Amino acid sequence: MTVKVIIPTPLRPYAGKRDSTEVKAETVGEALRRLTTEFGELRKHLFTEDGKLRSFVNVYVNDEDIRYLDKENTPTKDGDTISIVPSIAGGSCFFHDCRFYPSPQLVIPSLARNLLFALCPLDLHLLAFFCI
Amino acid sequence: MATKVQPMPGAANSAASLSNEEILRYSRHLIMPEVGMEGQLKLKNAKVLLIGTGGLGAPLGLYLAAAGIGRLGLVDFDVVDFTNLQRQVTFGSSDVGKPKTEAARARLSSLNTDIQIDTFETKLTSDNALELFKDFDVIVDGTDNFPTRYLVNDACILLGKPNVYGSIFRFEGQVTVFGMPDGPCYRCLYPEPPPPGLVPSCAEGGVLGVLPGIVGSIQAMETIKLILGRGDSLAGRLLLFDALAMKFRELKLRKNPNCPMCGEHRTINKLIDYYEFCGVRGEEAPAPNVQVPEITPRELKSRLDRGDDLFILDVREPHEFQICNLKGHLIPLGELPRRVHELDSSREIVAHCRSGKRSAEAVDFLRKAGFRKILNLKGGILAWSDEVDPAVPKY
Repeated sequence: MTVKVIIPTPLRPYAGKRDSTEVKAETVGEALRRLTTEFGELRKHLFTEDGKLRSFVNVYVNDEDIRYLDKENTPTKDGDTISIVPSIAGGSCFFHDCRFYPSPQLVIPSLARNLLFALCPLDLHLLAFFCI
Repeated sequence: MATKVQPMPGAANSAASLSNEEILRYSRHLIMPEVGMEGQLKLKNAKVLLIGTGGLGAPLGLYLAAAGIGRLGLVDFDVVDFTNLQRQVTFGSSDVGKPKTEAARARLSSLNTDIQIDTFETKLTSDNALELFKDFDVIVDGTDNFPTRYLVNDACILLGKPNVYGSIFRFEGQVTVFGMPDGPCYRCLYPEPPPPGLVPSCAEGGVLGVLPGIVGSIQAMETIKLILGRGDSLAGRLLLFDALAMKFRELKLRKNPNCPMCGEHRTINKLIDYYEFCGVRGEEAPAPNVQVPEITPRELKSRLDRGDDLFILDVREPHEFQICNLKGHLIPLGELPRRVHELDSSREIVAHCRSGKRSAEAVDFLRKAGFRKILNLKGGILAWSDEVDPAVPKY
């Protein structure tokens, strides 16, 4: 099933600045996982560390909230539109953005870091930061 | 599903007639059967409280005053600044520095001398919200932060008052009506706020000036429909507006039977500490969550003049760099993890952004990644402009 996923403005920076994308998926959960496979930076905005959809992320299939359908298991059909609806508060900056803080367990000694960066191909740098 | 608007109960001391001058002023309303004399009197007897007199509050105030809402309350603690004028069309250049409530009162009073305008130059808090709201029929939420959104919602639910909600972000807007009998509330839609770290930063903020004009105008229309008891309310529907695509969409909003605020078994019976609830301590300047070594603009200037070898790292966005820069090496904060190899940890680095917040995060990040000789420019470009070089524009 090919479904369209509409990406809201606040999440577009993490999705290659796209406003929508098409994915093949049988359920809403699968569609979102495919989306976050394509755009890795989106993952932490949509899912918790143990892979659950974040409670403040509202997801709709067409005009229905999946919380009132079968949640992530809600089946999709060809041509469905999945909308991610974030809470937005206003035009001014209110909060810090600390999305790029390495969490403590990711901090590695500087020597190891320098070695790592010397050895890693460019594309792996980001991965290295978050996965080691 | 659209909810038919139910007429609101009339006020006790309601005006029963319009003056000849008012009849002339409102003639384009009066000749429409959907409004007519009866509807115009409802507007005249209505009391609407606007929370925020900024971008959304501007069209709201102007249209509701022009429409003849008998009593308008304006709540805002802020003063007008130059950056407001791009979208807050109630204000003129000469209003800069004045309290927003006073500047708005002057503008709206000159627009319509027949209405009563009450200003509340105060921050809306859990201590004053119920007292402020109780005399009004409709509350209109035109604020710009999560704690106040939840506060407005909860106060409206506790008092049983409709909450005409609008919010904006860059090119996107959301509008609905919360707090109607049997309708959903803000907590039904968003049971909890996003943690502070997961919402977009200043760098991705900003708003196209016309957007609050459109969203605020839709809120004004919904407010007037509620008062007239006409049409289909947005209650139960979330209207999404994408200005870039110029598309309107709507989603169904359902009342959550387990909502802690408006559900069958309410567990929140009084207003709470909404800053704590949203994970922030204060509104204007959330306490910096990182402490990093700093350098003041004056110290930086004198060290640069001395010829010290300093590497200036600018962590703003490219479009901000175009506005003004300190000739630094540009790596936006979001790209730092994968571009960190561009930095030489043996050199002394001074990181800066617009105000010093993003660069503090960059410094913290780099220190955790092993950089030792790195300082944050205290106050960023804004402080540099104030203390060293006023030719660098502030934005």
